[in-house]
This record gives sequence, C-alpha cells and structure tokens, in this order.
Amino acid sequence: MYRISKEKLNDLYAKINETSGLYIPVKRAGEVNYAVWGEGKEVSLETLKTVKSPKSMFFPQTENMMKFKTDGKNIEVIDVREQFDERRPFVLFGVKACDYKAIEVLDKVFLGDPVDSYYKMRRETTTIVTLACSRPEESCFCKVFDVDATAPQGDVTTWLDAEYLYWQANTEKGEALTALVQELLEEGGETEVATQQAQTKAVIERLPFSNLDLSRFTPENLNALFNEKEWEEMSEACLGCGTCTFVCPTCQCFDIRDFKTNEGVIRYRCWDSCMYSDFTLMAHGNSRTTQMQRFRQRFMHKLVYYPSQYDGTYSCVGCGRCVNKCPQNLNIVKVIKTLGGKNND
Amino acid sequence: MQDVSTEKKEFTPNIVAFCCNWCSYAGADLAGSSRLTYPANVKIIRVPCSCRVNPMFVLKAFQRGADGVILCGCHPGDCHYVTGNYYTRRRMALLYSFLNYMGIEKERTRVEWVSAAEGARFASVMNDFVKQVTELGENKRLTDLRVKEGE
Amino acid sequence: MKEVEMKMLERAKALLESGEVARVVAWKKGDFCFDPSPAVFESVEELDTFVYDWFCGANLSKYLIQIAKKEGKTAVFLKPCDTYSFNQLVKEHRIDREKVYVIAVECLAKLDVEKMKAKGVSMIESVEVVDKDVHVKTAYGEETLYKPDVVLTKCETCNKTHQAKDEEIILHERPERDVNRFAEVEKLEAMTEDERFAFWRNQLSKCIRCNACRNVCPACSCVKCVFDNPASGISAKANDDQFEEQLFHIIRAFHVAGRCTDCGECSRVCPQNIPLHLLNRKFIKDIDGLYGEFQAGETTEGKTPLTSFTEGDVEPKDVFNGEAK
Repeated sequence: MYRISKEKLNDLYAKINETSGLYIPVKRAGEVNYAVWGEGKEVSLETLKTVKSPKSMFFPQTENMMKFKTDGKNIEVIDVREQFDERRPFVLFGVKACDYKAIEVLDKVFLGDPVDSYYKMRRETTTIVTLACSRPEESCFCKVFDVDATAPQGDVTTWLDAEYLYWQANTEKGEALTALVQELLEEGGETEVATQQAQTKAVIERLPFSNLDLSRFTPENLNALFNEKEWEEMSEACLGCGTCTFVCPTCQCFDIRDFKTNEGVIRYRCWDSCMYSDFTLMAHGNSRTTQMQRFRQRFMHKLVYYPSQYDGTYSCVGCGRCVNKCPQNLNIVKVIKTLGGKNND
Repeated sequence: MQDVSTEKKEFTPNIVAFCCNWCSYAGADLAGSSRLTYPANVKIIRVPCSCRVNPMFVLKAFQRGADGVILCGCHPGDCHYVTGNYYTRRRMALLYSFLNYMGIEKERTRVEWVSAAEGARFASVMNDFVKQVTELGENKRLTDLRVKEGE
Repeated sequence: MKEVEMKMLERAKALLESGEVARVVAWKKGDFCFDPSPAVFESVEELDTFVYDWFCGANLSKYLIQIAKKEGKTAVFLKPCDTYSFNQLVKEHRIDREKVYVIAVECLAKLDVEKMKAKGVSMIESVEVVDKDVHVKTAYGEETLYKPDVVLTKCETCNKTHQAKDEEIILHERPERDVNRFAEVEKLEAMTEDERFAFWRNQLSKCIRCNACRNVCPACSCVKCVFDNPASGISAKANDDQFEEQLFHIIRAFHVAGRCTDCGECSRVCPQNIPLHLLNRKFIKDIDGLYGEFQAGETTEGKTPLTSFTEGDVEPKDVFNGEAK
C-alpha cells in the first residue's frame, strides 16, 4: 500500500493528466459533479455524493451516435466511432463503492449481447480509481445490497483521511497507473486504513436504512408485487419529474433522436426517464398512461425485472441519491419498506 | 469543396426580420418597388400580426444562426387587428430585457413600428440594424453549435 | 409548530368524520424527521401518518388540479405562499373553487435540510425550533443552528399573507419584515453583460433537464408542455447543449411571467440548486417597474400584465435607453 499527502494531490492529478484525461468530482456553481479535470478546477473528493453519478463517464447524458451529411442527392453517413481511436485514455477518479457497483450493473446491460460499442469503447480505455467512504450519512443503504463502502473494488482503491490519500492497485490497469505516478507515492498506510475501515463499518451498522428487508423482491413475486394496491398511495405525490432517474447511478434507459443541422442530421441518444409522459412512446400512444404506472415501472425494474434477468442482482446499489433529491421525498426506500415487509407483518 | 480563402472574410450578419402582413411587410414591399436598398442578409418572415411572434420564434431564429432579430409591426393604434401590437409591445419589452439579463447583447434584438407607407423608413431601419449587429459581431451566446456541425 | 399540527389534525379528523369533505390534502411523515411528502387522506385511520412540521415546504396547490376533480369536496392546508398559487389556478379555471375547502395554516418559514447538512450536520435525529434557534439532535451529538441561515430560499424574503381561506389555524403571527426580494436580481442587473452571461452559463450548465422545476410549478399547468412534444423540434432531453438549456429556462420563465406568484418551488426542487427563482423575479421586477406593481395570485379575477396593455406603454427600446426601472 502507498500513500500521498493531500497537499500533493494536485501534482497527482497533473501527472495523470499528462497521459490520460481525468474525470473527477469538481465543484461548479456550488454543486459537485464529475467533470474533466483542468488546472484551476476545484476538486472535491470529500463530497460523499456527487449530484450526478459517474456513470456519465461511460454513458453520457447526451451522446452523438452518427451523423448524416447531405450534399444534393447524396447522403454521407459518418460513423462517429471512427473518431474513438484518437481518443485519450481516461482515469475515472474518486468513485464510491456504491457507484462502482452501479457500473457493474450497467456492464451487464451494455456489455451483454448485443454489445453497446459506444459504452464498451469508453469502458475499455478507462482506469477506475475508487475511493472508500469514511463518513456515510443517513440516506446511505449500500450495505443492503452487499456493498462494502470501506473497501470498494476498481483498478485502484484509495482511502482518504485528514492528511493522506492511501493507494492500492488491484488490477493490471491499476498497476500501470501506479507505475506512472510512482514518484509521488510513498509506502505505508495499512494501519491507518484498517482503523478508518473499522470506524466507518461501525457507523454503517448504525445507519437507519442498513437493514432493509429485500426478501420479498424475487421473480416469483412479480405478479403479486405488481398488483399491490399500495402503488397508488406511494405514487400520489410523484411529480413525474426525472430527478430520481437522472441522479441514479444505474438508470440506463435512453432515447434516440435526430437533430437537423444546416448540412444534415445528427443522430444522438440521451438519457430518458420512465417518469416522463413520452417514455417509450409508440404510434398508438403511450403504454403507461398514469403516473402510478410509471412510478411502479421504475421500482419494479430496479427490484424485480432486472434481478429476474441478471441472476438476482438488484439494480439499486443504495447510494441514496433519490432519497436526498426527490422534491417530494418519495424514494426506493419507502417502496422497499412498504412492500418488502408486507408478508412479515 | 470550395477553396477556403486564407483572407479573413468580412463578417456579414444573418438578420431575421419578422414583419406583420399589413404594415411592415407592405413597407418592405414599398421599399423594394421604390428601389431603396437595404442589405440582402435581412431575411424577412411574414407573420399575420406582430403579436403572432412568440418568444420561441425569436429563440429559434438565434438557434438556427441569426445574429440579430428584429420585429416590425404596425404603429401602435394602427394594428389591423386593433390591439395586437399592444400585446407585442409588452411581450417584447419583457423578453428583450430578460435576454439581456441572461447576458445576451441588447443590440441583437429590436422592435420597430413601420407602416405600409414607410418604405424609406423600412430601408433605413434595416440598414441601421444591420450596421449595429455587424459592429457587434457574431452571435455566440444564444446559438446552437450543433446547427453548424460539419460546415 | 406542534400545537398547530394538533389543531390541524383535529380539524382534518372532524371534516372527514362529518363527511363535509371527502378527502384532505396535507403532508405525511417520512422515514426521518425532515422528509415529509404531500399526501391525500381519505379516512380518519389514514391520518395516523399526518404531519405538519418545519419541513413541510412543499406547495400543495398544484395537486388540486387533479384531486379537486374527484367526487365531493377536498380540504387542503395552505401556507401563505401556497394560497397565491391556489388563487392563480382558480383564476385560470384549473381548480373549481367551490370544490375546495381551504384551511389557511401558519408557516413561520420552513427549513431546508440541504442547507443544514451543508453546515456540517448529518445523521439528523430530531429538530426543534425555538425562536431563531434550530436545535438539532444527531447521532454525532447536538448542535444549534441559526434559523435564518437554514430556511428554504423561498422563505428568506417572504412576506406573504393568506389570500384564500375558508378557515384558518394561526397561533403565532409572523412579524412583518423589511426585506427586498429583488436584491439578488439587482445585483445581477448591476453586472456587465459578460458577467451576467458567465453567471447564468455557470448555473445553467448544471441543469440535468429533469423538469422538476416545471413539474412542481403551479403556473406550469399546460396539459401538454411544448417541451414534451416530440414534433416541436426541441431536444428537450439533450442537456449537454448550451442552447437547449437556455431555451428551456427562458421559455419557461416567459410563459409563467405575469402568472408566477413567486412561490419559489422551482428553486426548492432543483437537484442542482440552480437559483431559478431569479429568472422569474426578473420578470416580476420588470413588470412592476414598467406596468405598475402586480402580484399574481392576490385575486381570482382580473387580467394579468401580459393579457392587458395601455396605449402609453413603454417602447421596448426605451426599456434599455432610459433604464426605465
């Protein structure tokens, strides 16, 4: 294990930036979001939860897929993936354990058959540096999904305390990155990390949501859960905004649209939200006509449909962003509590 | 492909002029038939009444490459529909003030009243506005980069 | 606040029991002491989860568009600022006034848990407010915060009083304050164009196009929003584009101009804390300055500044020339 003093972190970023782009939590206009690092940017590793999750590194909110250029009667198709070769490798820095788990959830979708080549290209050229949590808060419930917030995986794992950032490489990519920044690192930190881990774990045990009961959310209960009468009540305050979906690290739905330029068309994709009235809009209209149905879709997808498709893995990682950000305080925890404990009453 | 001259081209702005059918468009017509000149880069869009123009029209014009947007209607009191331009006056006063609040240069927007008899005035208004926007330069703050993709 | 809550609960029970109303729109408890949600109560039993505390900042009036259409009368608890939105919706014929029973409740400014957390308080277990002190018990210990530092932005400059009521539950009068709600707008106006552009670019670049501001806004009551219309040619979900962000917020602010009651819900719900109320307040300030003071939602009748005019209205160019404000 290595360590680097906090004062030298800027040198570390600059060093990484020499060979790769660096995507890191940055404060802008008061809020911390992942952004491309540059000299003078205000990095904030201490922030527990960035507003948007780091999934935008691999799956940007808006992404061009191809372009069509019209010239008289000819249409030239431009495959933007050809420009990928010139792209710099990236280092994604400061990913929390829950967000790392979320990337694994996305991998199953985008890297499974059929492979999403856009996502894959970004994923392959990126080295992920994770950061353990040391001060989780009341909205965190990653423990429910078997995430160890004190020992995230990734190519490199780091821990932060008042003085140092501790560094441990886990994979070949991680070793390569370590070699690159070796001159800035010094040996040590095992005991500090172990102490911090023990302290944090004790806090996690005491978190109010650390012991939610998920046992009822199984594929066998799909119909029963779908038909629960509580959906109506749980969703009645839902505004139908996309906040929960857009801050969620595992939401993966997107829409594909065309944009007309002066010389042709750009075909792009952008995040979509099942909370929206035009989500999966078809020629006959919309398949879900009420907000209750849209609300139910979101949570059924996270807790039942996704696990049925991917060996029981839930597509919620307990980051708690929706708990913090829902304007009317509706969230997945309330759904789990209402429906999960139902037959135990 | 055309040869790209290394010489820096002089900036000629794209101007969109929304003109009401009854006064300003007729004024533009009169300017034409009186052989008065105004720059060819003023693109006129005829609307039934100046109050037909909603803020989305103005923004869309900027998005699609306009460097200046001017709205022309009948003089207050002379609206073909009696009161249309009174509403326009309030809307555009607020919209333009608001755009400026967002940091959009106030010289890029204008409202002028031009009657069907004012061909000369139409030409001079356009000449003046084009001059003003030319001095200001390209619209960079309220434009959509995607539109110019590939140019 | 506890006595107020008890009184409210009592009234809700009585109204439901007597059958005077078919339902009560209010707030229900969350998992913590700071996360109540709007809720509809249809029976006395359901009132177990009823709550009214320092975190009931949500404006309930917009829910009435749908709920008041149901059979029977609906009772609703409205804070001073909510009544303006309510009146505005009645004026626009979105709510049938006859079908709603309005109980005006005191507010005394609501707290913003995000601002409290930003002060370093986490793992909040309970909150008690005594005058201007907010006593917070957390898992890490106890702390006292200064209330004006941690109230919702919309409450900071609020001087509103109830504009609609069938009865009221007010135990504490809120003292009239000397506040200038346009102070922030004036600060921006005093900047150069470049600085203003940089300010808004910085703020709007955070926008994630979640539409929370629009969906919560009582003035945004269009059945189908232009931004939800795929045929409109607007890339409503493409957040990465500077123009689309500007377009959305400019059009939205314009569309509610003259109807916006300054309830401040847009800024409360924004997940990126963009000061969206500063957009609406600019319109309010301009309207006040150019066409005479106007407060949307004070009445349920009459024209708004953008649906009326006078022959001597200021010319658009003079707005800048004379700096008429």
